[in-house]
Amino acid sequence: MKIQLLQLAHARSGDKGDTANIGLIALKEEYYPTLVREVTTARVKKHFRGICKGKVERYEIPNLHALNFLLHESLGGGGTVSLKTDAQGKTYSTAMLRMMIDVPPSLLKDRSGEKKKTRKR
Amino acid sequence: MKTIRIGCGQGFWGDWPEAPRRLVEDGPLDYLVMDYLAEITMSILQKQKARDPKLGYAKDFVVVAEQILRTCIEKGIRIIANAGGVNPRACAEAVRAVAEKMALGPQTRIGIVSGDDIVPRLEEFLGRGIELPNMETRESMRSIRSRVQSANVYFGAWPIVEALRQGANIIITGRCTDTGLSLAPMIHEFGWHEEDWNLLAAGTIAGHTVECGAQCTGGNSLSQWERVPNLAEVGYPIIEAGEDGSFVITKHKGSGGRVDVPTVKEQLVYEMGDPREYITPDVVADFTTIYLEQEGRDRVRFSGIQGRPATAFYKVSVSYTAGWKAVGTLVYAWPQAFEKARAADRILRTRLKNLGLNFEEALTEFLGVDACHGPLSGTPDPQIPEVQWRFGVRSQIRDDVERFSRELVPLVLNGPPTVTGFAGGRPKVEEVIAYWPALIPKSEVQPVVELL
Repeated sequence: MKIQLLQLAHARSGDKGDTANIGLIALKEEYYPTLVREVTTARVKKHFRGICKGKVERYEIPNLHALNFLLHESLGGGGTVSLKTDAQGKTYSTAMLRMMIDVPPSLLKDRSGEKKKTRKR
Repeated sequence: MKTIRIGCGQGFWGDWPEAPRRLVEDGPLDYLVMDYLAEITMSILQKQKARDPKLGYAKDFVVVAEQILRTCIEKGIRIIANAGGVNPRACAEAVRAVAEKMALGPQTRIGIVSGDDIVPRLEEFLGRGIELPNMETRESMRSIRSRVQSANVYFGAWPIVEALRQGANIIITGRCTDTGLSLAPMIHEFGWHEEDWNLLAAGTIAGHTVECGAQCTGGNSLSQWERVPNLAEVGYPIIEAGEDGSFVITKHKGSGGRVDVPTVKEQLVYEMGDPREYITPDVVADFTTIYLEQEGRDRVRFSGIQGRPATAFYKVSVSYTAGWKAVGTLVYAWPQAFEKARAADRILRTRLKNLGLNFEEALTEFLGVDACHGPLSGTPDPQIPEVQWRFGVRSQIRDDVERFSRELVPLVLNGPPTVTGFAGGRPKVEEVIAYWPALIPKSEVQPVVELL
């Protein structure tokens, strides 16, 4: 089934010069392998066509269940040179979460009945 | 195990004026750190200093100092801020004057960290073959030499540590990494060494987590943002640092906001490059080694962090002038708001073309339609109540940008109907400041630490 990335992840984005970074974080640990499989550099480059004019790099951060993307040449020159409203790519986080991806229907099954993994203190 | 509490009261120059006072008054704290410098800030401060040698620092910090100095001295809280900009000594003198006025002179020991401003040394560097090549294009800095506005080395934690060792209880620095502000008290209090790479990496990641203020305590948090409690009184972050390099990110009891694994993770990935190589002057930190654990309400524990040896270079940020720009907006109302805005855009582009003006870029955005997400935004509602049309130009020729600024507003009378939002008048022509990132061998620059 096709679902929007918004259902599987949250994100934060920022800038370094003309490069935007988007950190994509799985909402649940078990969603992380799906992100790794589906949200490839090729998919991201295609998703951001018209916005990202350079290459896309991806880094895996398995301990945080997160992926970090660098979208080069994506901010109209970046920082103070850029004419864009969002010259720092602050809203690219949710632009990423618009992506539609394929998941097995079992992935989103309600697991609220399961014993919660909370640590007592 | 010995622990200390370090709060971050300012994530950027312009952050919440209430935050520093609340951090020092509303609960236990040992250190207050504040970040004031963005890249754009240094060039603005250089201009101010050129006009008046007594200026060139973050004046807001002096106002904050007046609010918190008495409490900090009474409670023994030390303050570390990179508010010195391009004139840390002038900033220190202004704070000294405040302390004297409050009759706190004898108890106030101000440390100054400088030596980061390398504008006076650029000729010398170039003469000796230190070309400061652009980290992205490899081009020599010579190509922008005549247009340089500011040039600063990013120092790390060690000069601040030196000021703490000398007994300063307020430390004012010039350009210094955000992470170094928080790492320095840990090094000082726990006696960490220059090659304790794992410990330095832990302190650096702690610093990165709090360096944007409330952005790790529920501010700007995408994760269940509607349920973040009491953002009106959001608590700014506190590092509860342990001498073994483990630490907890938390906030004062009773303050608003939320510290949980999702809010902290969002800040960890902010402005990230390669997660295994977070390079600072102090260490190379590895974000793939962080282990996070929610250990209580509004308490996230970090452990397991590893680092590798620091590089032999400091980062340098050079700012230089790079032409002119102007941006203007008009608002079009229902019906056919988007169609009217698009028609206005076509008319303006024709007029600019007829004038033969020369722009590197002329950008159109429609706020309410596509300004943030561009082509991903989808088709707007045909009944959209209003659209803000935003048009910006950039050019090396100032006159062409000036001419543009006279072409936008006439459209309220000679373009499509039901238009408003021009009260600001003509778009303001601004000089473009661009940045040149470079590296310099650490042996070429020495931080200067002194007490005032």
